Amino acid sequence: MKRMTRKATRHVNQNEGLIFEKSSAGKAAWKLPPLDVPEVDTAALLGGVERKDLGNMPEVSEIEIIRHFTRLSTWNYAIDLGMYPLGSCTMKYNPRVNEAVARVEGIANGHPYQPERISQGALLILKTLSECLLEITGMDAITLQPAAGAHGEMTGLLMVRAYHQSQGNARKKILIPDSAHGTNPATAAMVNYAVENLKSDSRGMVDIGALEAQMNKDVAALMLTNPNTLGIFEQNIHKIADILHAKGGLLYMDGANMNALVGKVRPGDFGVDVMHLNLHKTFSTPHGGGGPGSGPVAIKKALEPFLPRPVVVTKTDGTLGFDYDRPQSVGRVRAFYGNFGMFVRALAYIQANGPDGLRQTTEDAVLNANYIRKGLEGTYHLPYSTPTMHEVVFSDKLQAKKGVRTMDIAKRLIDYGFHPYTTAFPLIVPGALMIEPTESESKEEMDLFIEAMRSIAEEVEEDPQTVLDAPHSTRVSRLDETAAARKPVLRWKPTA
Amino acid sequence: MRYLPKSPADREAMLKAIGLRSVDDLFAPIPAEYRLNRDLKIPRQMAESEIVDFFRQRSRENGDGYTSFLGAGAYFHYRPVVIDSLISRGEFLTAYTPYQAEISQGTLQSIFEFQTMICELTGMEVANASMYDGSTAAAEAVMMAVRLTGRRSVVVARSLHPEYREVLATYATHQGMPLTVAGFGENGRLNLKELEKSITAETAAVLVQSPNFFGTIEDVVAIAEIAHKHGAMLVVSIAEAVSLGIVEPPREADVIAMEAQSFGVPMGFGGPYCGVIATREKYVRQMPGRLVGQTTDKHGKRGFVLTLATREQHIRREKATSNICTNQALIALMVNIFMTVYGKVGLKELAKQNLAKTAYAAGQFAKHGKVLFGSAPRFSEFVVQTSEDPYAVNGRLLGHKMVGGLPLKKFYPELGNAALWCCTEMTTRTAIDTAVGLVAESERSVRSGKEEVDVEEVAR
Repeated sequence: MKRMTRKATRHVNQNEGLIFEKSSAGKAAWKLPPLDVPEVDTAALLGGVERKDLGNMPEVSEIEIIRHFTRLSTWNYAIDLGMYPLGSCTMKYNPRVNEAVARVEGIANGHPYQPERISQGALLILKTLSECLLEITGMDAITLQPAAGAHGEMTGLLMVRAYHQSQGNARKKILIPDSAHGTNPATAAMVNYAVENLKSDSRGMVDIGALEAQMNKDVAALMLTNPNTLGIFEQNIHKIADILHAKGGLLYMDGANMNALVGKVRPGDFGVDVMHLNLHKTFSTPHGGGGPGSGPVAIKKALEPFLPRPVVVTKTDGTLGFDYDRPQSVGRVRAFYGNFGMFVRALAYIQANGPDGLRQTTEDAVLNANYIRKGLEGTYHLPYSTPTMHEVVFSDKLQAKKGVRTMDIAKRLIDYGFHPYTTAFPLIVPGALMIEPTESESKEEMDLFIEAMRSIAEEVEEDPQTVLDAPHSTRVSRLDETAAARKPVLRWKPTA
Repeated sequence: MRYLPKSPADREAMLKAIGLRSVDDLFAPIPAEYRLNRDLKIPRQMAESEIVDFFRQRSRENGDGYTSFLGAGAYFHYRPVVIDSLISRGEFLTAYTPYQAEISQGTLQSIFEFQTMICELTGMEVANASMYDGSTAAAEAVMMAVRLTGRRSVVVARSLHPEYREVLATYATHQGMPLTVAGFGENGRLNLKELEKSITAETAAVLVQSPNFFGTIEDVVAIAEIAHKHGAMLVVSIAEAVSLGIVEPPREADVIAMEAQSFGVPMGFGGPYCGVIATREKYVRQMPGRLVGQTTDKHGKRGFVLTLATREQHIRREKATSNICTNQALIALMVNIFMTVYGKVGLKELAKQNLAKTAYAAGQFAKHGKVLFGSAPRFSEFVVQTSEDPYAVNGRLLGHKMVGGLPLKKFYPELGNAALWCCTEMTTRTAIDTAVGLVAESERSVRSGKEEVDVEEVAR
């Protein structure tokens, strides 16, 4: 690597095979207490369904397990190591007190079916979080049941469908802007709605003329992300809502980008009828390498009868309980009550912030994105000059002239000690570089990022091959994804 | 605010660099009439010590210190300490979905190991990187069968977890998938005659759970034969993963939809848990969810990547196999570590202990109440029928800091005063004897009619 980077230095990390390759008969990491009831004859109890052999399950000791997973962990990049500017993913700090309180005995070991009388703690957590989220969104009612953002989208659209059905016509289609997340159309298909694309205008916003032309009584809802995936606030949001409402349609808001709005503006105040939140984005619950998420759905009064069962209610004696008697409910979308452990974390985050902290958080998130935009404008092509909220989208147009694409720049960024930004999304920007710093980055960290991005742009001019061959500093480089998909190897097998 | 790494001077300098005077200028794109010009009405900013106190208090109000006999899809097993030590490492906890393979090999390799162990335990050829939970995994598995067979209707066992059934019904309604429910027989197993009658040429899938909701192990071989004879696929849901240590997996199934919570995941009042779908290699392209595959890098070194993404929403949009985006990676990691700790021998011994405790408890209960479905093998749950309302029985037990079995009236009114009891390796003989004693006492008092029982609604 020719250039020096201030952020990162290479260091030795350990090699480690698959756990199965360390296994040998007789090693163990477990010990059960002595059985205090009579031994049973398993063959007699189970007869033909007794299992004799567990195949190639590993046999290893505890120290090997600790080293195995610790070594693997050192091969990951993480928020705890540095800036993780994935656009649309809101990779903010995951506070450790959240983890601590989620592990308190009665919270971690609460059984979902334990009597309500001894579930008041959990019920109060559900109720308090619900109230906070309703105040933050300006909506009227909420379900916490969906397990992730996409699951929330499905739940929201099920309620949209149920609402329209109650009006006598379920309607046929959902309008989705061309800048939308892929989950939006996939969700619409899952609840049996046709998808109709809606074009963006030259400023990167919903084309009002196109919306007016496409809106009719077949349209159940518009699914809109606001700020949209370009990081642009839909300035005509009230007009959009009016156009939909005039013809009986509903406005669904994908809350993926709520980190730009909390404490500054409330979707319920600008005409949104249904929206989902991503607790793992805006409310700091950890991404954990890809889940668990949590996708509460907040709605306006008119949709309340359709909420999934059960809902938390205050009973006549003042205690909290679950109400299952909801005849118009869309039903259940998940067993039990949702990803409760994530509710605990999100509530702890809200408590740590308070109203002033949440507002400052939003302001810092938007400030950071604008600072990066300013720092990289000119170096990278900015396809939309409309003001930026919490994330900014550049394109690789300038670098593409040298044959370097967004993915190459992203891979080179790894050598500079950063996680890449989101590549090639949103789809309406060819060769997109989508950058979301979140509020968790200091000025120093962002200065390093800007410096790295500028340095890569210079490399593209002087020595594009270095960028095209990146990363140079990782354990593995440019894995063969085509071969992986053509002849999938999805599990380990013992060598014969 | 303690999570924000900026001084007022930093903010000032940054605004100046951008060329703005105040933070308000950043929010100018939001129409003024919608801007919130007040504080949110949420709790004030709290110190860390106050937050910890708040949740400790909630914990005390939440069954802390009670001995429980509840199962029914959420099981209390011992969680080895190394699980939380390892998943608390920031490199696992605070990483994103492993799209950038070069700096995600830790997550990717661990998922590959997870997929392998799930295959070993289920007897299937491929397993995905996880699903939200057992209930949604079952619904997604059924939709997979619908795509594979080109048929639309589904036959569901009544002995499937009632909440899983409800979730499937929600998913099915708007897909225009007719559901037929097949009942259970005297032995608690799916009624095969009813199954035979319910299957038509339009049946895409038969969905059963084994061990089923009552803890009874289904005759998967016979069910598979009936399903396959009619060209339908067999989807088997497994809610108690520990059973796989001692119960033969449903190898005859076409798809297995699992809940792996028992493997090291806290009950956590119902979530987050870890669903998984496992199936045969030939069906992999219709399987929803993330998959990790092995490949090589440009130097020929072994490495792992997310693969077969062309099934997924970010590529296929409305034509995707599912809208699922995240999986439950961190929970799958808990499961992975649990499976590694117990391994080939430990999982079997663990399952045996569960079996022994349950056999003992069922035997003791049978002396004082009626234990249903005794003629078919069971794993760790059993149904006890009492003369007294199980809510009243549980009211008594609560006084002794015990939570009795789950009253089944809500889900199975036909079973009368029945409750679903569960034992695991965590259930002590003392606890079993005490609970049996209390149930026996209430049975005696009801029979003699002497004592007025305080029938309080204690469960939902």
